[in-house]
Amino acid sequence: MISLKINQKQYDVDVNPDMPLLWVLRDVLQMPGTKYGCGVASCGACTVHLNGDAVRSCVTKISRAANQEVVTIEGLSPNGDHPLQKAWLEADVPQCGYCQSGQIMSAAVLLREKPDPTDQDIDDAMNGNLCRCGTYLLIRKAIHLAADMQKQGAKI
Amino acid sequence: MEKQDALHSRRSFLKSSLLSGGGLMISFSALAEFLPSKKLAGPGMPDQWFELTGYIKITPDNVIKILNPNPEFGQNVMTSLPMIVAEELEADWKKVVVEMGPHDSVKLGSQFTGGSNSVRMYWKPLRDAGAAARVMLTEAAAQTWNVPAAEITAKSGMLYHEKSGKSGTYGEFASKAAAIPVPKGVKLKEVKSFNVVGSSQKNVEGLKIVTGKPLFGLDYYKEGMKIAMIHHPPAFGMKLKSFDASEASKMPGITDVFSLKLYEDGFEQAGFDTRTFNDILVVVGKTTWDVMNARKKLSVQWEPIADTKETIRGFRGKQEVVVPAGLETTESQYAKMQERAKEPATVLRKDGDPETAFKNAATIIERTYTAPFLAHNTMEPMNFFADVTDEKALVVGPQQAPGWSEPTLAKLIGLPAEKIEIQMTRMGGGFGRRAYAHYMFEAALISKKIKAPVKLIYSREDDMTYGIYRPMYIATYRAALDANKNLIGFHVKGGGIPEHAIHANRFPAGAVDNYLAEGWELPSNITIGAFRAPRSNFNAAAEQSFLDELAEAMGKDPIDFRLELLKRAKENPVGKNNEYSADRYAAVLELVKEKSGWNKTENKKYNRGVAAYFCHNSYAAHVVDMVKRDGQPYVERVYSAIDCGIVINPESAKNMVMGAVVDGIGNSFYGGLTLKDGAPEQNNLNRYRIIRMREAPQIVDVSFVENGIDPTGLGEPPFPPVFGAVANAVYKTTGKRVYNQPYFNSTISEKFGVAEKNTKQQGDKKLPQPKIKKGRTP
Repeated sequence: MISLKINQKQYDVDVNPDMPLLWVLRDVLQMPGTKYGCGVASCGACTVHLNGDAVRSCVTKISRAANQEVVTIEGLSPNGDHPLQKAWLEADVPQCGYCQSGQIMSAAVLLREKPDPTDQDIDDAMNGNLCRCGTYLLIRKAIHLAADMQKQGAKI
Repeated sequence: MEKQDALHSRRSFLKSSLLSGGGLMISFSALAEFLPSKKLAGPGMPDQWFELTGYIKITPDNVIKILNPNPEFGQNVMTSLPMIVAEELEADWKKVVVEMGPHDSVKLGSQFTGGSNSVRMYWKPLRDAGAAARVMLTEAAAQTWNVPAAEITAKSGMLYHEKSGKSGTYGEFASKAAAIPVPKGVKLKEVKSFNVVGSSQKNVEGLKIVTGKPLFGLDYYKEGMKIAMIHHPPAFGMKLKSFDASEASKMPGITDVFSLKLYEDGFEQAGFDTRTFNDILVVVGKTTWDVMNARKKLSVQWEPIADTKETIRGFRGKQEVVVPAGLETTESQYAKMQERAKEPATVLRKDGDPETAFKNAATIIERTYTAPFLAHNTMEPMNFFADVTDEKALVVGPQQAPGWSEPTLAKLIGLPAEKIEIQMTRMGGGFGRRAYAHYMFEAALISKKIKAPVKLIYSREDDMTYGIYRPMYIATYRAALDANKNLIGFHVKGGGIPEHAIHANRFPAGAVDNYLAEGWELPSNITIGAFRAPRSNFNAAAEQSFLDELAEAMGKDPIDFRLELLKRAKENPVGKNNEYSADRYAAVLELVKEKSGWNKTENKKYNRGVAAYFCHNSYAAHVVDMVKRDGQPYVERVYSAIDCGIVINPESAKNMVMGAVVDGIGNSFYGGLTLKDGAPEQNNLNRYRIIRMREAPQIVDVSFVENGIDPTGLGEPPFPPVFGAVANAVYKTTGKRVYNQPYFNSTISEKFGVAEKNTKQQGDKKLPQPKIKKGRTP
């Protein structure tokens, strides 16, 4: 049994300790918001937070996540009202939408570390997340928008 | 009730609703099992719907639901198609509930996503449906209020009779309206009075996407389902010989390992039933990870295929096709194309006397262009869910063409179409790849064999090495100029593996007196398929680069040169069957010239490349502004001018164009798949380069021509000319022309490109290659 804490909830799973976190989330716990894209940490679709860091869950063994804090897109905010999620909707970013949960999870770490990121910061932080539809320009826009929302929220 | 193209009727209860002649009340419980996914309807939805035409359902308390007929793969039809219905229905868009429709070609039309056809093909049927429902509701109110229908107005889901002061919601009259026969030929709204169409509306599935709700095929889950993966040969031209599954079967979670045949010998395949590997080795287990691990323990012998005959009944009728044996290698494929290009080819179009024009030419300019295979690499790999029993089948997943795949599926699993339910999930990208349904068929055969629900998953490696690639292309363009540098002859001869890209009746056909287009093809066992703007995605690169070079040789501005040719094509067109409108073509060039400030001094700091193209009934022109950034060519800004007729959802349409621009830059810079002894040399995203955030432009400025013409395509048309505009900007940036795609991926174009040798151009070997910097690796 491996104990997991995902989105503030406790889970015990009986799986091979080598199984990547991605497949535990998707196949064992039925949390499919985290996407499979490549399995080799090259596309970023599977990005989740492990103790606050953005990690590629497709290459993160479940044993590494045991008893650690895991946050997935399903747990980023209670009602889909994280500034990034709101900004994503406002900028109407997605085309197919498949990569977007990974994009948002990467962006969330960026925004926490750099509340007012430059385009360069965004390009650097987001370069590991592929979007085959090419929504990169709107992702940049949405991250800036979320940064603004966050600042306004902080003032209040 | 009449609907277009009733291919075959599906389910008995739907049939009865058709026979009833009008709308029919369907309780939610009966409908539920036919809905694509209950989760989309969600809990708390009303349980009583009145159906007004196949696209609209209304509850007594005025919830208006519009069904989207077409598979969604990012082109945003879930939003834009229902907007068209809402416009004519006079519904309040904010209150409309959108749902993916069931697969039902009788009620919902062809349901094909591809060829930039969704909006174009559904424009009229959806307007008709919305308008008919509005009339039915109005008539129901007229009967209830006992007033003339003509005195009733409909607005925002409400009906008003001004004289009597009566008003009511659509919901109040839905029951009565559903019993009224669907009227035909209802007068549609004037374009100028549209208020939903042409307004920017957010993606109706946006919230589900950003909160990670299960929308995609890969997310589909059914209690008790198993996971299957297919182990296919490591190379094209190989097949399964034998296997030993004793170790793999013992791995944790594994329930079945077996081989099966997709098509029996002599099976008549439909046009899109591409088969790459027919004998498939299947591993079934509890989780994806279990199956992935078990695959490593398989002991498999592969053997070369012999020449293989396939019977295909496609758009060209029934054909016997021989798939050649052999293990192909990119280097020899380029060499073979080069050799074949010297041989005679099929004449596709000839105007005037091109031979004489070239004989009399003062100058002949000849350039050869090449392009490699491209893999679609949709972000969501191929997958499908299937639950097939002796009585019925449910298949759920990402599929662009359910109507094409269903007949083949029916034959393969031995069930009639009315016993098969295809549910269409949102697709994590398509780009043409999901017009092919082998993975749906495979999933169904696996489920039938193991007698259990199963989800078939392709790993990225499986997906990228399966084929259905954009073909390899080569084309030689020749121009004959007289002593005054007038263009007197134009010749294009193109070939490819396994098909050429030539559209013989497109620009500059019609604009040159002496014109010749020829094509040839080389068979191959590498399977190919539609890739965003098939053929055009190569032509626009080659032809638009060539025209740029031609303009330079003639001492003309590249936009003015094209406009001159288009003027000729309009005023005194050469030949017949010219596919394009010279006016619309010229209009996008004029628009991009204006918007980009083409001649403005402040833009001189950019290395500017222009290109335009017509395909899928629409017109696109781009000006690409390139700079050197850290010594590397970088597209900083792009101006795009598009004519796709009426734009349904402008901001979303701009998103689509921006995406096409990014996709075009990415594929022209980096895209390509190579083979060694039949085996793809790129099998995952760490080896196959796709454009990333850092390489995307800062600005893509999109303008649409406003001409009130019925909508034409948008998903594909902006894509092809990006390649040409990029090539022309590269020349301005580096002083060197690029002839081989991809322009900046040294492992492909420099190693294999043959065009430079053909044209004796200076190579671009000294061009600095953009460095692949590692992203922020967690």
